[in-house]
Amino acid sequence: MSTFWSIWISVIVLGTVFGCVWLLWATRKSQTTDTETDRTMGHSFDGIEEYDNPLPKWWFYMFLATCVFALGYLALYPGLGNFKGLLGWTSTNQWEAEVAEADEKFGEIYAQFGDTPVPELAQNEDAMKIGQRLYANNCSVCHGTAARGQVGFPNLTDDDWLWGGEPDDILHSLVKGRQGNMPAKGVMPNMTSQQVDQVVNFVLSYSDRERDAEAAEAGAEVFAQACAACHGADGTGMTAMGAPNLTDNIWLYGSTYEWIRETVEHGRQNEMPAQEGRLTSDQIQILAAYVYSLSN
Amino acid sequence: MKHEIVEKNLGLMIVLIIVVISGGFLAEVVPLFFQKDLNEPIEGLEPLSALELEGRDIYIREGCHVCHTQQIRPFRAETERYGHYSVAGEFVYDRPFLWGSKRTGPDLARVGGRYSDAWQRQHLYDPRSVVPESNMPAFPWLFEDRVSHNSIEARMRTLQTLGVPYTDEQVASAASDIEGKFEIEALVAYLQQLGTVISDRR
Repeated sequence: MSTFWSIWISVIVLGTVFGCVWLLWATRKSQTTDTETDRTMGHSFDGIEEYDNPLPKWWFYMFLATCVFALGYLALYPGLGNFKGLLGWTSTNQWEAEVAEADEKFGEIYAQFGDTPVPELAQNEDAMKIGQRLYANNCSVCHGTAARGQVGFPNLTDDDWLWGGEPDDILHSLVKGRQGNMPAKGVMPNMTSQQVDQVVNFVLSYSDRERDAEAAEAGAEVFAQACAACHGADGTGMTAMGAPNLTDNIWLYGSTYEWIRETVEHGRQNEMPAQEGRLTSDQIQILAAYVYSLSN
Repeated sequence: MKHEIVEKNLGLMIVLIIVVISGGFLAEVVPLFFQKDLNEPIEGLEPLSALELEGRDIYIREGCHVCHTQQIRPFRAETERYGHYSVAGEFVYDRPFLWGSKRTGPDLARVGGRYSDAWQRQHLYDPRSVVPESNMPAFPWLFEDRVSHNSIEARMRTLQTLGVPYTDEQVASAASDIEGKFEIEALVAYLQQLGTVISDRR
């Protein structure tokens, strides 16, 4: 802040405080009596008159006390331009102190858990209590409070994994996030409506759901061309690309003919946001262990 | 000075009242107009794109700011949950600012990138389908209505006069950029950029 504005602020602030003191003093001095009397100010409006009584003493001294308080406050806290106040308080350093205090209190616990391998950490009751809270704050919004997922957001309690369920896979999903992208009609953009129908029936046959057997048979060839590149020739998926296993009757989106048709026709895009930078590496380690513990 | 003089001279009383009540404004507000670190954008801050601006206007129209704030206070409890506390330089292009004052829902100052686009869409279509405990209203009409691209140019010009550094090319291409987009796309685009300039979240 420039010197001009610093002086500008100081003059107004101090002028206001001392102005109040002066006003109290001046009005008190002009009073002719310091006790209550029946004397009036001498004017009368519609028969209403005003007593000429002084401010009660306790009230007067309380006013003075607020002025003293204001001066004390301005001495301790920043309020006069560039003067930082004797306490050196700022909202930033108050926040930093809060964070430092918390780091001191919890840092050691986090560091200890952060160095523990995921499977071992998953057995640690205290770590899992922290993990459960981290999960509730950061993950439950998409994956659900019970971690059972919902349409478009994977269930974390089963042992079926889009991107792999090994500790390192889970850590990678958390740290870097994941971008799931199924193109419309797979790698066969010119798929006809009839072929879509066939391949949907074929996909239904993997998990033995109700289907048109004839169309399903014809769909095998379409699948091999359009879908096998990611979902595998046998439909068991590929964790490297996040392509789901189609044979296990676990469905990220719906399992009916209509749902699958929608998926094939328009593709699916989804994203697991990266938590790197949002959470500390220790917190991510604990979360990974918590997610691991849900299915192991 | 006699009390009587002030009480019986209306003009003098008006002047003195103005002097008294303007003290706070002169000392606390006026100097802020001249503080560089409050008026200058933080590094990397860009004005909202046409689609994001459209989304911001939908955000205002639907009253999102009535229940959601966009201001992370420097308390550990808030920075742990939402990320780095808000700084003045993030809001220099916000006219009007959307800090809000009622925290019914979570703060949105850094909601950008926190959830996927798919989640944002589903949540706006039917909040309870993803967060069963939520009491947020649903906004299904955003998925049916298209953005009002015709007035976008005038809105960007207005912001330009207020000092938001839109280039003339940006303004010229704005209408065609967003023509035919659904309102939900605009709103999600706006939400996904909120607070992303400060990438250090802690």
